[in-house]
Amino acid sequence: MHEETVYEALDHAHGGEGQWAFGTGFDEPLAGVDTTVPEGIDPADLGAYCLMLGDDALVLCQRLTQWVTNAPELEEEVALANCGLDLLGQARLLLARAGSVGVLGRSRERATASIPDEDALAYFRDPDEFRHSGLVEAPNGDFGQTVVRLLAASAWRLALLNRLRESRDPVLAAIAAKGVPELTYHRDHAARWVLRLGDGTPESHRRTQAGVDAVWPLLADLFTATDVETRLTAAGVAVDPAELTDEVRDVLTLVLERATLTVPEWPTPQPSRGRAGEHSAEFTALLTELQSTAREHPAATW
Amino acid sequence: MAETVTDPELPMLTLADLGVLRDVRDEDGTVVVEITPTYSGCPAMGVMRADLVHALHRAGFADVDVRTVLSPAWSTDWISPAGRRKLAAGGIAPPGDAPVRRTGPVPLQLGPSRRTATCPQCGSADTEEISEFSGTACKAMRRCRVCLEPFEHLKEI
Repeated sequence: MHEETVYEALDHAHGGEGQWAFGTGFDEPLAGVDTTVPEGIDPADLGAYCLMLGDDALVLCQRLTQWVTNAPELEEEVALANCGLDLLGQARLLLARAGSVGVLGRSRERATASIPDEDALAYFRDPDEFRHSGLVEAPNGDFGQTVVRLLAASAWRLALLNRLRESRDPVLAAIAAKGVPELTYHRDHAARWVLRLGDGTPESHRRTQAGVDAVWPLLADLFTATDVETRLTAAGVAVDPAELTDEVRDVLTLVLERATLTVPEWPTPQPSRGRAGEHSAEFTALLTELQSTAREHPAATW
Repeated sequence: MAETVTDPELPMLTLADLGVLRDVRDEDGTVVVEITPTYSGCPAMGVMRADLVHALHRAGFADVDVRTVLSPAWSTDWISPAGRRKLAAGGIAPPGDAPVRRTGPVPLQLGPSRRTATCPQCGSADTEEISEFSGTACKAMRRCRVCLEPFEHLKEI
């Protein structure tokens, strides 16, 4: 049972009023979900944590979609875009969760009232208000480096979300449980590419090893808890990322060894600059592109 | 009435066949409909919501509230037997059993996918996976080694 076009159906459902043009206003991902914060959980901390994990997904999605029209083969272009789409969905849910507990910062002042929370957070925060890790914002490099980064990022995120299924926040637990099978596909897909390229031709081996050497230092800031994570771990909401170290290192080491690649020394963990809002010039460029149309035409509708 | 609404991207299936329609009930004169997304990023949720609201309005129900439920997460095991037959008739191989969820770390799968699927064109079981990702997040691309036709496979999650 459909309208003539998707647009007519959406338009009808919203009483013929125009839709916020650049985001997702017609489809709030948490519509109808009970977003009450359980007792004993600090809403500001919960929101900050959801921002962190949502920003990781949003920024990696944006990097992956840069491969569209550039990937080595059509199937791979579709695959990377699909991984990006899953991450975008996770980002939307997490940013909506952050918005539902009132963590909007200055984005709410910059965005007009008709723009949903998740979009205000994605389009109307400045670079220093983003809380993602340095791993996801680094430029793609070549295809070898991209699949190494995807392997590392999805191994970390899968290990985390698999544990967050037990979070005391039922919304976060549900978002995590949905993400686990998605990330399992992403991690396995990236791992098979690393195997194929690492154990491939001398040229593919050389370039994948260069990708490993470029990505490894970025792992240093993934395993040290921020103050928010420490407090939320004690409250049963979050997971201390230090707890993920062995699992992630084992997965990465296994794949690299099977791919005949040299495993660099594990970097010394350090506090994350990205989680504190310090980002590279490359990230500013990426974000400017992501936000350009929404900021140029605020509150435009179609 | 809600059970007649079809999926925007798999129009041979109703939302009920797909297992996306979780509940329909009357709450003080409001029709409350619960749906669950297949994948976190499923872009069809907005259209599903709009189609449900419109179908129920046309059927004379003025107050309709479509709610999202995230938990338990959707699984391909929720696709009905009728839904599986309709998928195959529509040229899309239905999913096998979803992976069993164990506690502890998710095992790495480095070899080629062990999934199998029967060709929806000729019925041969001799098929191979071309890519784990296809035109929508929920499908993989396969090819039949017998009739050589490519086809899509709704992948198990």
